[in-house]
Amino acid sequence: MKIKEKIIEILLKLCASITIFTTIGIIAVLLFESIAFFKNVSILEFFTDTQWTPLFSEKHFGILSLVSGTFLTAAIAIAVALPIGLTIAIYLNMYAPKSFRKTLKPILEILAAIPTVVYGFFALTIVTPFLQNIYPDLETFNSLSAGLVMGIMIIPFISSLSEDALYAVPKSLKEASFGMGSTRYQTAIKVMVPAASSGIIVSVILAISRAIGETMIVAIAAGQQAQFSLDPTIPTQTITSYIVQVSMGDAPQGSIEYKTIFAAGLTLFLFTFLLNTVSFWIKKKYQEKYE
Amino acid sequence: MNNLQKNRIIDTSFKTVGLLFTLLGILILVILLYNIIRVGYTRINWDFLTSLPSRKPERAGIFTAIIGTLDLMLLTIVFAIPVGIGAGLYLEEYAKKSRWSTLLEINIANLAGVPSIIYGLLGLGIFVRFFGFGGSILSGALTLSLLILPIIIVATREAIKAVPPSLKEASFALGASKWQTLQKVVLPSSFGGILTGVILSLSRAIGETAPLIVVGAMAYVPFIPHSLFDTFSILPMQIFTWTTRPQEGFAIAAAAAIIILLVITFVMNGIAVYLRNKWQNKLS
Repeated sequence: MKIKEKIIEILLKLCASITIFTTIGIIAVLLFESIAFFKNVSILEFFTDTQWTPLFSEKHFGILSLVSGTFLTAAIAIAVALPIGLTIAIYLNMYAPKSFRKTLKPILEILAAIPTVVYGFFALTIVTPFLQNIYPDLETFNSLSAGLVMGIMIIPFISSLSEDALYAVPKSLKEASFGMGSTRYQTAIKVMVPAASSGIIVSVILAISRAIGETMIVAIAAGQQAQFSLDPTIPTQTITSYIVQVSMGDAPQGSIEYKTIFAAGLTLFLFTFLLNTVSFWIKKKYQEKYE
Repeated sequence: MNNLQKNRIIDTSFKTVGLLFTLLGILILVILLYNIIRVGYTRINWDFLTSLPSRKPERAGIFTAIIGTLDLMLLTIVFAIPVGIGAGLYLEEYAKKSRWSTLLEINIANLAGVPSIIYGLLGLGIFVRFFGFGGSILSGALTLSLLILPIIIVATREAIKAVPPSLKEASFALGASKWQTLQKVVLPSSFGGILTGVILSLSRAIGETAPLIVVGAMAYVPFIPHSLFDTFSILPMQIFTWTTRPQEGFAIAAAAAIIILLVITFVMNGIAVYLRNKWQNKLS
């Protein structure tokens, strides 16, 4: 009996340890292939060259053009999602009747449940033609449309998580502000948002991290040309859509093309790891504040 | 007085803007669904579901993609659920407050934030190349399992946490061992919560495209996989390849396939929400 209990505990511990092996596996795979990559390409070129053309005969390995595409689409997405998401969060928390809030929040969350490949289709076949009506010079593949649609997708991340943060603010603060004769708007801006600021910042960081890791929308709607440019009307390529492009072809193992996706992946991993760590740190500090 | 009026006007306008933005979000959802249904519904019929992919858009179907998706989900369930629930049980019931358990928790939170395409690279490096499984359905399922593991673990922990301690104590008082208590008391009473989390994680997995492209899901598979080591296609992959084709007919086929994918996703989410409500009512 005792032995059986012990074996079960060890088995369960093994299950939990798989998550550690996953992290080790990610870092090992990315580092292993990246080190092989940097034996062929100098780190200096990787960080300073402004061209990324590993699939052409004249090869350049400047990650900056993929990074610029990644940040451009993510910035457009955040520019859409942050004001809309935060306004929705404040509206749902301060203004909307309770029943309204209970129905609207899950409906908005449907936006986050839709597979991203569906958003890619939406961006390419509906949003881009619509934008071309307004601005005819917009190219078929562009970062504007991809970024806008990505922004729509992450609205619920910001609205739901920020609303949770606002909801967690002690009621007494809100009531004290009302007692002083403030309007709901004044209470929201001067009391609630500052009190929930760490939760709101965490939601925004998670949204950014989500946006730079997003793949299918940009792979479908933003094109496949790596360009060191911040022009949202022309085709671009992000780190993620480059990895997709290489994977759709057949890069033989050991070739330089094959290794590039791991070097690009390592760059992406470092960005999201940094963002996740910052948000984790803020969350932890915030919890201490309330205890 | 003037100031008061000004504040009231600002307050009301903000309320209007907030309502408009909320409705805008819902409007966009409606536009998205309407356009996809408008384009795709003409192709929804039995032939579309049972035909193989084809070079001719009007004859192309999603049979192999649907079977591939179902196989992949089945395998993912087999791998991810026992491990995820086991890990959740361990962290909630066994792990003592130590550096190791803190590390485990931080690590799981971090894994949940890793972009899915990175899991694809992990799968490519470990399962496809290192273990030599190739671009097979087995590699795909193992990769997806690692991807949804953090979601299942978090859901399991939440569900176990919600079990009243009195139930556990009663079981211990009757002389049950720890595992007997977990097996006969804790797991059954947290079943609803765990199931909800599992369904939500699967509805996420079913729409995943990027990691499976990296692992080697195929754009064109004219046969049903017969073994774990066969190549495979999946519904989102089929949608992706059709979307990137220039012919109009493939856009229609893509829209039709999206309708099928969305129906599956929404039904799974609906079941999860229903279970969550039912389970919450039962506990309170």
